[in-house]
Amino acid sequence: MTAEPTSTPDITTTIDARGSFCPGPLMELIRGMKEAEVGEVLAVLSTDKGSKTDIPKWVGKAGHNLIGVLTRDGYDEIVVQKVR
Amino acid sequence: MKRVVVLGGGVGGTLAANLIARKLKREIAAGQAKVTVVDATGSHAYQPGYMYIAMGNEKAEKLVRPEKSLLDGNVELVIDTVTRIDAPGNSVTLGSGATMAFDQLVIALGSRILPGDLPNFEGEAHHFYTPEAAKRLRKALDAFQGGKIVVAIAGIPYKCPPAPLEVAFLVESELRERGLRDKTEITFLSPINRAFTIESVSDMATPIFEEKGIRLELLAGVSEIDPERKVVITDAFEEHPYDLLICVPPHKGAQVVIDSGLAPKSGWVPTDRATLQVKTIAKPAPGTADEDIPRYPNVYALGDTTDLPLSKAGSTAHFEAPVVAERVAAAIKGRAPEGKEANYTGKVMCFFEVGDGKGTLLQFDYNHPPKPPKPSALWHIGKIMFNKTYWRTVPRGRV
Repeated sequence: MTAEPTSTPDITTTIDARGSFCPGPLMELIRGMKEAEVGEVLAVLSTDKGSKTDIPKWVGKAGHNLIGVLTRDGYDEIVVQKVR
Repeated sequence: MKRVVVLGGGVGGTLAANLIARKLKREIAAGQAKVTVVDATGSHAYQPGYMYIAMGNEKAEKLVRPEKSLLDGNVELVIDTVTRIDAPGNSVTLGSGATMAFDQLVIALGSRILPGDLPNFEGEAHHFYTPEAAKRLRKALDAFQGGKIVVAIAGIPYKCPPAPLEVAFLVESELRERGLRDKTEITFLSPINRAFTIESVSDMATPIFEEKGIRLELLAGVSEIDPERKVVITDAFEEHPYDLLICVPPHKGAQVVIDSGLAPKSGWVPTDRATLQVKTIAKPAPGTADEDIPRYPNVYALGDTTDLPLSKAGSTAHFEAPVVAERVAAAIKGRAPEGKEANYTGKVMCFFEVGDGKGTLLQFDYNHPPKPPKPSALWHIGKIMFNKTYWRTVPRGRV
């Protein structure tokens, strides 16, 4: 018997940047990524509308893995895996 | 007797203390109130002038005056450091070991630059956040005969958000005047996804980068400096070679607010955006609603000290101080805060140099983003005039 495949790896760290204005959530993620190990998955919670575009752009530029941008109740959750 | 203690003698602390003393003139004369400023140096520096030292048209000695000379005669000055703030216990401890009780406390301890937090910064990067560093940058610019200049930012927030853009623009103008522009490549590394944190200002500044031929790199916060290869490595692992590196150093709030449990490790004190009262929880649990966090009724923060999403600039402190003064004076007098100074609206106003003798003006509040006018000589002259008249106007509450 094999385990059910999951679409999202387990989140290692959640960064709650709700209420933080642009570019706060992005800066919080960059700080979190520096402290994380390769392979770890970080979730950023943001109420700032700019995060949905700015964070994926940075993730792409930095060569990390964007796992998902999820719309939650009143905020967005952006899930990123550290690749390098 | 009611005691008002103001920690810090920068723009915010000095102006707040003077305005409080003015509002409490009768109570002070009657021996019912006392206003004390505690400042580590006893000197008041006009920090916006440092950039002009680097640009070659300001002298360091003109940017500092004794704090006592700027304070209302009714304000006591204690020159000492602050080692502990006991907000719930209504007292502060000073470097001398003395404790000072307060009825109302104003925290205006500003921000710190921490060049040492980024390895190799001190040996490789120039900045303009102290008079000494600005003088060294001036010497480096004088010796520069062409090559690659990188202007960068090592972390947000930092003091005077427009300053690195202004420096890039002013250096570009200078090099053009010196006939070195053709031999120089200038790159500006913005840590975010646009040229400036505020969108409307970014929209104004981006074409100026293009006009001046300054390469603008986005999402390029400084992560490392490699002194062997002379390259800046960004958060996104991109490399930018430099011959001359000008970099905003990392910033944090005062250590004492972290040590006293009033701020998280960043040092920015959680502050109510309207009342400027300090919040009682430095690092709330994820999901905690802001309105559920109690505020200290008698502890205020202003200027760089706060975590508010506003420019860390003297202008912010300048427009916050009347609100703190009204609230502190009202509490001492036993009445409710009143008038347009009862709450802070997020007002900030500052000049923005774009080079070639031109500037613009950024004026905004929480609900109104800036609409910078077309850069002109008028706003450049306005900034120079403001810098020269600062000592007689801002700390004394005349503007």
